[in-house]
Amino acid sequence: MSQADLMIVIYAMIGGAIRVSTPFLFVALGECLTEKSGRINLGLEGTLILGAMVGYAVSLNSGSPWLGVLAAGGIGILTGAAHGWICKLPKVNDIAVGLAFMSLGTGLAFFFGKPYIQPSAPRLDSLPLGGWSSSPQVQQALSVNPLFFIGILLAIVLWWGLRNTRVGLTVRMVGDSAASARAMGVNINAVRLLATAAGGALAGVGGAFLSLSYPGSWSEGLSSGQGLMAVALVIFARWNPLRCVLAALLFGAAGALGPSLQSIGISYGYHFFNAAPYILTLGIMIASARSKSAAGEAPRELSIVK
Amino acid sequence: MTRTVLHPHTPVRAVGLATNAITKVFGQMRALDEVSVRIAPGSFHALLGENGAGKSTLVKCIMGFYGADGGEVLLNGAPVRIDSPRQAQAHGIGMVYQHFTLVPCLTAAENLVMARADAPGVINWRSEKRGLEAFMDRMPFRVRLDRQVNDLSAGEKQKLEILKLLYLDQRLLILDEPTSVMTPAEADEVLTLLRGMAGRQEITVLMISHKFREVKAFCDAFTVLRRGRVTGAGDAQSASVAEMSHMMIGETELRSRAPRRRHDTVPPRLVLDGVCAEDETGRQVIDNLSLTLGAGEILGIAGVSGNGQAALVEVLAGQRPMTGGRLLAEGRAFVPRRADLDRYKVFGLPEEPLRNAAVPRMSVAENMAFRSFDKPPLAGRMGYLSPARIRARSRDLIRRYNVRTSSPDALIETLSGGNVQRAVLARELSGDVDVLIVANPCFGLDFASVAEIRAQIMDQRNRGAAVLLISEDLDEILELSDRVAVMSEGRLAPATAVEATERGEIGRLMGGH
Repeated sequence: MSQADLMIVIYAMIGGAIRVSTPFLFVALGECLTEKSGRINLGLEGTLILGAMVGYAVSLNSGSPWLGVLAAGGIGILTGAAHGWICKLPKVNDIAVGLAFMSLGTGLAFFFGKPYIQPSAPRLDSLPLGGWSSSPQVQQALSVNPLFFIGILLAIVLWWGLRNTRVGLTVRMVGDSAASARAMGVNINAVRLLATAAGGALAGVGGAFLSLSYPGSWSEGLSSGQGLMAVALVIFARWNPLRCVLAALLFGAAGALGPSLQSIGISYGYHFFNAAPYILTLGIMIASARSKSAAGEAPRELSIVK
Repeated sequence: MTRTVLHPHTPVRAVGLATNAITKVFGQMRALDEVSVRIAPGSFHALLGENGAGKSTLVKCIMGFYGADGGEVLLNGAPVRIDSPRQAQAHGIGMVYQHFTLVPCLTAAENLVMARADAPGVINWRSEKRGLEAFMDRMPFRVRLDRQVNDLSAGEKQKLEILKLLYLDQRLLILDEPTSVMTPAEADEVLTLLRGMAGRQEITVLMISHKFREVKAFCDAFTVLRRGRVTGAGDAQSASVAEMSHMMIGETELRSRAPRRRHDTVPPRLVLDGVCAEDETGRQVIDNLSLTLGAGEILGIAGVSGNGQAALVEVLAGQRPMTGGRLLAEGRAFVPRRADLDRYKVFGLPEEPLRNAAVPRMSVAENMAFRSFDKPPLAGRMGYLSPARIRARSRDLIRRYNVRTSSPDALIETLSGGNVQRAVLARELSGDVDVLIVANPCFGLDFASVAEIRAQIMDQRNRGAAVLLISEDLDEILELSDRVAVMSEGRLAPATAVEATERGEIGRLMGGH
């Protein structure tokens, strides 16, 4: 591998990390917020795909990709609120409900998405931040979707809000000790429902990114399990929104490994390199299962922790 | 800070509390029977009584956890209606519970600020921290504010619970055995602070306690509850410990003792030598405990619950590892595992048998076969289980031990408490018993079951079994035991013959005095 090839790989991986990490980031932030309130929503994979489909369809019909993003967030709120409402019923397991919502979201997206596979919808424009460089690789790597920056901003807001606002502390209280929160007069089910709905909205927006960012199109294989991997990512990030950003970038870079090696002509082991995020997920799950500090930071009301 | 939480120079006057003939009925039991308590403003009042006397029920009625079935609560002489702990807080009444109500993943500072009814939407931590530091500076002890509650010791958590009430400016503090998780030094520190504040008429304190030492040192008045009724009240300084423990425990009742056969010699069967054990948090709950249990005797261990008795039963049942000491059965090392339990014929009836000694969702027959299902005659030649034989045997036990069940195949969880107790007892006593360990065998049972189960235990003793009886019910201990020892804070006082033991003396030892 020559010096130039190495640079191409590095640029491609930076660009890929930014591009691929965005949906991870949104789903992870959504899951992080939901889990902070003491619930797990595994249905975010379905929400992601449904968001991608709805965002694409609305963008196609309205001509405005940003309207598509909003619509994807809206459908995320709906599925999240439905999950939150069902889980407050007695003896309902949030993980089982999440799995049902995963299938439901995917199924709905495939069913209603059939007519949108062919047509081309208006996409979100990227910000060309690489204009200072004459290298086309740099320019391509640094043409960044605005949703990436919105995601980072959200992570910062979430991180700050969870420790500096009454709402944030209430969410953490509910997720950590339902008994204490109840003793303080907090309506636990309402807090969890809102947190799950907000988490769903973020996942929906992440889905819109999948279908509306460059090169953007709607197809059924769009998500390839990113919504589920984001759950592992939240555990890896130890429920800290800022660490979610770093973890998402790491997953993004792993996801970009296969294509960037291919771009310099290394095609052997292509499928193996493409599997990097999944291998990373497995490794992370093993590492975090043994980590005592991760166990210490987990919200105590989570059904997987109890 | 825009808001001052506690005003150091304008002390809030303490409130006085009274209850007027409060009655609370649970099913058929009168947990509180016209209880009237009078607590003067600025006093440090002790609420005494044995377990189940109704102390917790009374304070929970005051706090609005339970609606009383009769009577009223008066604050400064005026009747008030309190339907929830939230309302109690609005009236200035705060309580420290036996379990912690702090949120473990939040820091001490976050817990304090969020406990306030007017916690701001956006919290300016710099000014809040300054306010909290100023508050802490007025307190004689500190809790590290930026520590997660997780990382605090049990004593520190309890201190923080009390600080939280003071921070919230509550004027009547109800404390449910606040010092049970504290070291003696920590307890003195906290109680001295509260004593001082009460003396300056800033707060009124109502403390549930079992410890006469604390009552004598810090309280100025007391009320005693016994079986849901007030059996005494007065000045904590002038009343003697003997008087107070007499009010708590009552006269020895002339219930006929089970017939007891005399044994001339009692060879040792089970020896505990310097046993130590810790709880999940690493606190030592059994401290260098030694005892010798002889054949044909009942050794009663009296004590207030939570002084290590549960851990002791767990150690003997193999549920909790020992951190020190050794166990000997018939002079040889005894490891509480199935093989040794069988070899030395050690049997047991732990407290709450449905939880500790039964599988709720298995049938009565299966539960009754746990000790013998894999041995002949229940198991077949090839080691196969025989459901038919298991069922036949349980039918026999059900008849002999009067277990009321619809059939041997009924799930054991469908049985009443007394019948679960009898079913487990039938399993444990049906064989040849050399050592029997029983914990609170009659807790919550009706009179007939109590007499029956005590007779069974006495029968085992008369047949030569060594019986260790761990009970919170002093009457039970005195009725059944040959020797009595008192357990307090994980330590066991030397055992004395029951004839030579005085109730008052036991009561004092139970209070760690």
